[in-house]
Amino acid sequence: MASRAELERDKASDRAGWLLSSPALLILAVAAIGPLFIMLVYSFLIPGEYGNVEWGFSTDAWTGILFTRDVFDDTLRLEDAHLTILWRSVKLSLLTTVFAFLVGFPTAWFIATRPPKARALWLFLITIPFWTNLLIRTFAINEIIRAEGLLNTVLLWAGLIQKPLEIIYTDFAVFLGMTYVYLPLMVLPLFASIDRFDMRLLEAGYDLYASRWQVLRRIIVPVVKPGIVAGSILVFVPALGAYVTPRILGGGKQMMIGNFIELQFGQGRNWPLGASLSVTLLIIVTAALLVYVRFANRERGHG
Amino acid sequence: MAERGFIVSRLPGFTTIALLVFAALYLPILVLVVFSFNGGDSLSQWGGFSFRWFAKAWENDQVKDATIRSLWLALVAALIATAVATAAALGTTRRKPFKGQTFIYVMINQPLMVPEIVTAVALLIFFAWFKVNLGYQGMGYLVAAHAGFCIPFAYLPIRARLESMDLTLETAAADLYATPWLTFRRVTFPLLLPGIIAGMMLAFVTSLDDVVITLFVKSAGQDTLPTYMLGQIRRQVSTEVYAISTMLLALTVVLLTAFFALTRKRD
Amino acid sequence: MKRLLSATAMLLASAMMAQAEGELQLFNWGDYTSPELLAKFEKETGIKVTVTDYDSNDTALAKIEAGGAGFDLVVPSANYVPIYVEKGLVQELDLSKIPNHKNIAPEWLNVDYDPGRKYSIPWQWGTTGVAVNQKLYSGDINTSAIWLDPPPELVGKVNVTPEMNDVLAMATMYMGGEFCSDDAELMKKVRDKLIEAKPKWLSMDYGMTEKMSNNDVMASLYWNGAIFRARLANPDVKYGYPKEGYPLWMDQVMLLSDAKNVEEAYKFLDFIALPENAAMISAYARYANGIAGSEPFMPEDMKTAPEIVIPAELVSAGHFLSTCTGKGQEYITAIWTELQK
Repeated sequence: MASRAELERDKASDRAGWLLSSPALLILAVAAIGPLFIMLVYSFLIPGEYGNVEWGFSTDAWTGILFTRDVFDDTLRLEDAHLTILWRSVKLSLLTTVFAFLVGFPTAWFIATRPPKARALWLFLITIPFWTNLLIRTFAINEIIRAEGLLNTVLLWAGLIQKPLEIIYTDFAVFLGMTYVYLPLMVLPLFASIDRFDMRLLEAGYDLYASRWQVLRRIIVPVVKPGIVAGSILVFVPALGAYVTPRILGGGKQMMIGNFIELQFGQGRNWPLGASLSVTLLIIVTAALLVYVRFANRERGHG
Repeated sequence: MAERGFIVSRLPGFTTIALLVFAALYLPILVLVVFSFNGGDSLSQWGGFSFRWFAKAWENDQVKDATIRSLWLALVAALIATAVATAAALGTTRRKPFKGQTFIYVMINQPLMVPEIVTAVALLIFFAWFKVNLGYQGMGYLVAAHAGFCIPFAYLPIRARLESMDLTLETAAADLYATPWLTFRRVTFPLLLPGIIAGMMLAFVTSLDDVVITLFVKSAGQDTLPTYMLGQIRRQVSTEVYAISTMLLALTVVLLTAFFALTRKRD
Repeated sequence: MKRLLSATAMLLASAMMAQAEGELQLFNWGDYTSPELLAKFEKETGIKVTVTDYDSNDTALAKIEAGGAGFDLVVPSANYVPIYVEKGLVQELDLSKIPNHKNIAPEWLNVDYDPGRKYSIPWQWGTTGVAVNQKLYSGDINTSAIWLDPPPELVGKVNVTPEMNDVLAMATMYMGGEFCSDDAELMKKVRDKLIEAKPKWLSMDYGMTEKMSNNDVMASLYWNGAIFRARLANPDVKYGYPKEGYPLWMDQVMLLSDAKNVEEAYKFLDFIALPENAAMISAYARYANGIAGSEPFMPEDMKTAPEIVIPAELVSAGHFLSTCTGKGQEYITAIWTELQK
């Protein structure tokens, strides 16, 4: 039976929760949520002849997600290219997230296990490359992987390959680029979690004759799960909507969903379709996010 | 008992991987620093060692302007986003789940989920109304936009940190009759600090990198470094942008060295 | 009396100085405005020009249409000029304020999209053609077959710039039609041809000046000035004008309807119509300009470069791209979107 005092405390806690979140929500209302409503409205309008929209209700943008009307014979057909683009984006983003985790976790662990004073230094060391602008970093990566670039020059000179490796303009190049770009987004949240990890738990595990692998799986991972969740979200979701990296390293022939949406607002001259595609993407990602977070929080209790 | 020389915190291969990662991270940076001294006209063909592009960047008012604006904007946006995200993180974790908590969580992460071009065009339309009817065309719009999309980047690390912390210390403080504010200042905040710093750094670099939203929201004379460089892509990206980046990097290194020197003195 | 005169003189002088200090907001393509030009302008008039960049005609149009961005001048391409005029985004020029208007070269004075140049002053013009690294292929390059029916050496090595209008125009002309055609049969063939050719392309990217200089790309559909710069770095690069038809493009400066610094804008428009200043603009981005009498001021290497001077027999194959409307525009957009997927 909950006492009156307990109920009061809960209500106060709830109120505090809303109050503390309100500044963030306010800024987001202006910068993110408000604009989203505009997009929602636009998805039901008619595309203007030279871009922009004209006032008039239409659901064309919504059917356009899956079906295209052939401009010549006016037939409606299932547009599998849209699905291909979506699949390519999901595939690349997943790969990027997984790989970023595989290399990011050891990195975060490494930083977190340095002596306290050195920790800040390593943390800054990992962020410094990201003080360099994204476009430039991407050009620098291009410099390394292109046909006559650094990597090929070194490999050829060492005799390890006969012909230059064709990395640039492939999905692999995009994957490399995205992993590079999003790595700190994985490392920093992981670090924030691991940093708090009590090493005595590890001692206890080893005392109980657990192997390192078991210790990793059974002790470390569950405790730093919030960091893993945060890092995965911060990598997967932006990667899905990425646009600059695929454009520069991918060569423009294979679109990801971010490029495809951008096309609608550019030379594709179909803002409503761009809007409807974005809202759809948002819904899919939100659903996936909720499922993921709920799954990850299932076994977690509170300290 | 533990073997001789057994370090509890050591996991096999982790250090090697970590060091390889650092090396891989810095390789492109090294490339760009080296090439910023490229005396030739081309971006990638070496034409001798020279400071010519540094001189050119230094004299280029447009670039200097854009760089300073980028840094200022990133700093302000990151500060706002981090402050606001810290509050939100405190409000949404470690308490009994309340109605709407999931809603808040989704709202906060929403900027991550929408491709930038969409937010960019929507903000263009949204802010245009204000620009035309209020006549204000200053940096306020860019600050709001940047702070907005930086919030999830600050929020998630802080929240992760918060969730990994246990409540015993704060409960102890409360038992000792500390007010919530005092508890926050003396107990929670210092413990949370690594998460806050991580969040702020993420927010800062995210804002610094943004090109699409800035492109659409900016008004006259508000180019940032990325939008300046994007404009160059269609023509010719010149070594000038490498030189600018190297100078920024040098500035960062100098600032960090100073920071560490000062904090060392404190002990 | 003398005191009155000198006082009046000082008043006039200070009034003039106050007027001369002004500012101007120019919205232009990135890396397209010569800093020397702006410095000279400021020195002569005291007006400080701030340049803000855009990277595409569509972005610029979207921003101007939304309103409130605070620009005075914009520099769109030819086929966007009618769009700006129709939407009332630009104002008709008061030609009495632009005495140098008479310097506009006669061939650029009465263009389809702005007869008599009532709305715009030419900035730069150029052509879109085909560039090939002669080391790889030394056959005839004055044809769009290079990218639509590539010879075996070039399959998988050609870059096609992601510019809808240029690509569709050249493809349409290759298949025997005119740009903006609303002939369904013809456009179907154009679509099929493009889709068939796409797997043979390496990429659809910009930055060919760099990429052709360092042999990353061996052939491309691209703009003449950029290829000119590539050739200066890599002599194997050669520029060709497709005989089936190639686009002529021009960028011009227009005065926005909601411009705040109108007087300063007129001074600038007048300034760039002077031959020596037009030559400055050209020298920077390496494209030709539309002002008569600028030849003596042009840089030497531009006077005879094959990328700037169109060979006589290929001049007639150059066409300005019209602004497509209706069915024609629909076809183009639909084909482009399909091609990109």
